[in-house]
Amino acid sequence: MSKCLVVVGGHRYGRPVTSAAPLIRARGLVKRFGDFTAVDGIDVEVRPGEAFGFLGPNGAGKSSTMRMIGCISPPSGGELRILGMDPVRDGPAIRARLGVCPQLDNLDPELTVQENLTTYARYFGVPRSTARRRAAELLDFVQLTERADSRVEPLSGGMKRRLTIARALVNEPEIVLLDEPTTGLDPQARHLVWERLFRLKQQGVTLVLTTHYMDEAEQLCDRLVVMDGGRIVAEGSPRALIEQHSTREVLELRFAAESQEAFAGKLDGLGERVEVLPDRVLLYVTDGDAALAQVEARGLTPAAVLVRRSSLEDVFLHLTGRTLVD
Amino acid sequence: MVDGGGTGVEVSVVQRSRPAVPALAVLAHHLTGYRRTWRAGIFSSFLLPTLTVVGFGLGVGAYVEQGVDGVPYLDWIVPGLLASTAVQVAIAESTWPVFSNFQWTRTYFAQSSAPLRVGDILAGHLGFVLFRALTASTAFLLVTALFGALASPWAVLTLPVVALLCLAVAAPTFAYAAAVSSDSWLAMLFRFALIPMTLFAGVFFPVESLPDGLRPLAYATPLWHAVDLCRAATLGVPPQSSAVGHLLYLAAWAALGWVLAVRLFRRRLVV
Ligand SMILES: Nc1ncnc2c1ncn2[C@@H]1O[C@H](COP(=O)(O)OP(=O)(O)O)[C@@H](O)[C@H]1O
Ligand SMILES: [Mg+2]
Repeated sequence: MSKCLVVVGGHRYGRPVTSAAPLIRARGLVKRFGDFTAVDGIDVEVRPGEAFGFLGPNGAGKSSTMRMIGCISPPSGGELRILGMDPVRDGPAIRARLGVCPQLDNLDPELTVQENLTTYARYFGVPRSTARRRAAELLDFVQLTERADSRVEPLSGGMKRRLTIARALVNEPEIVLLDEPTTGLDPQARHLVWERLFRLKQQGVTLVLTTHYMDEAEQLCDRLVVMDGGRIVAEGSPRALIEQHSTREVLELRFAAESQEAFAGKLDGLGERVEVLPDRVLLYVTDGDAALAQVEARGLTPAAVLVRRSSLEDVFLHLTGRTLVD
Repeated sequence: MVDGGGTGVEVSVVQRSRPAVPALAVLAHHLTGYRRTWRAGIFSSFLLPTLTVVGFGLGVGAYVEQGVDGVPYLDWIVPGLLASTAVQVAIAESTWPVFSNFQWTRTYFAQSSAPLRVGDILAGHLGFVLFRALTASTAFLLVTALFGALASPWAVLTLPVVALLCLAVAAPTFAYAAAVSSDSWLAMLFRFALIPMTLFAGVFFPVESLPDGLRPLAYATPLWHAVDLCRAATLGVPPQSSAVGHLLYLAAWAALGWVLAVRLFRRRLVV
């Protein structure tokens, strides 16, 4: 295995980050569509080399935020600086230094896999021969070399996603924006994408991603904000968020009855908190096994039991009273 | 090079900025896609004029023995068919392809995430439509020259005329295709704009043969102005009405269409 690094913005990432000035800085950022407020005054700072996430359910305002950061959607209010520049005035100059993987793939189906990269590279003023070399390197990186001359249409969803990620890297961007990079992919395809993104992250590329998968956020993000209804409801590292907003363990109880509510009432005094979902009851506790023993001591006989660690899903449930994926 | 399981991407320092002429990079993108289908396209761009010349010029012409204005019908109709071919290509290339780039392939959105401006995206695609209309028109001229239907060497001047005509119809059509919400509106444009215009703008018979009430409509079409200029060029006679007036009228359609298209593209791309 050869040891190589992506060169981004002329720096070799992987070295310690020297400048701590934020690459993205939003203050009271607002996006309105007519009377509807999609993003309702958010504060965000993304620092160089960081993997930053927006976690939230559908409609939280994640894509609207990403599109403002991508300088294709003018903010309706607040302040936004990207790479120290103003996205409205310096849009093209900023976009020259960004890589964007949008929520909906927009690869050109008339072109081959390789042509999708080379034509896109020319939008950044990359000379033709450099573009071809760069395309070959990136196809190798996303493991699509064998498909270089194939059309885009027959590619699987995961391959298209990887190609879109490769396209986002043609200009050696300083920030890569990924809007729901693995939504709609099967588990195996998701893991392949995660693995590639993780590699970029190790190389020090600044990643900004949105997701409504808590496992994705936990795996990839150094720091994240939890979004709901256009607002940020919590911010921190995945671990800090879990420590701050949830217990160490969760005891999941499924009762063989129409309503879980009836049983939830009998759990009074157990654990820190009880959440009742349509199909199960979640008991937030420090020690799941000990709590289960207490449940059984009360003569309750759940049909199914699971003891697990708290996740960002629990954080979201606690903060909003709703689940992330419905 | 990196092997499949390598740590990353080979180092190559890529300069990133904006291309010198961004619209040319957009044009190059469309040409790259066209490379795959041009063979089928080139075949029809030669076959179609051959068939129309044979069908209308020779077939119908046999019944129009006295010709038109003292000119054999084939010679009279060829410049009209040339201009109407350019219009057909221009409109076909700026309806579904533009709609698709917004709605289906979303190519414009991909382009707008790159350091391009709305005007670059529009100009590059419009440049491609111009290329398509000009290649089709050149093929048409070659075929008709072989049939001996070009009476004057001034016929080469039809190319700049059809180029302007192409912009005059393509630019507003870009705006229209960016504005409509469903592709059934595109078919309406063919039915209610392209076909009537082709039939009544002096391509097949002189506008003077139309009833008085309909003539202004024919004169209002960009096609009639180009037909009059093209006919003057291929027959080597002065146009029926001022050449400068024709050119200005076509330029006005192109300019207005451009302004509208930029506005509507921006409304779709910058939200
Ligand atoms: N162009 C638009 N016009 C009107 N409403 C929009 C537009 N884009 C997004 N929205 C609305 O804004 C809200 C947030 O959308 P979005 O940013 O896409 O959320 P997310 O990416 O978190 O699912 C949604 O209610 C959505 O319907
Ligand atoms: Mg979204």
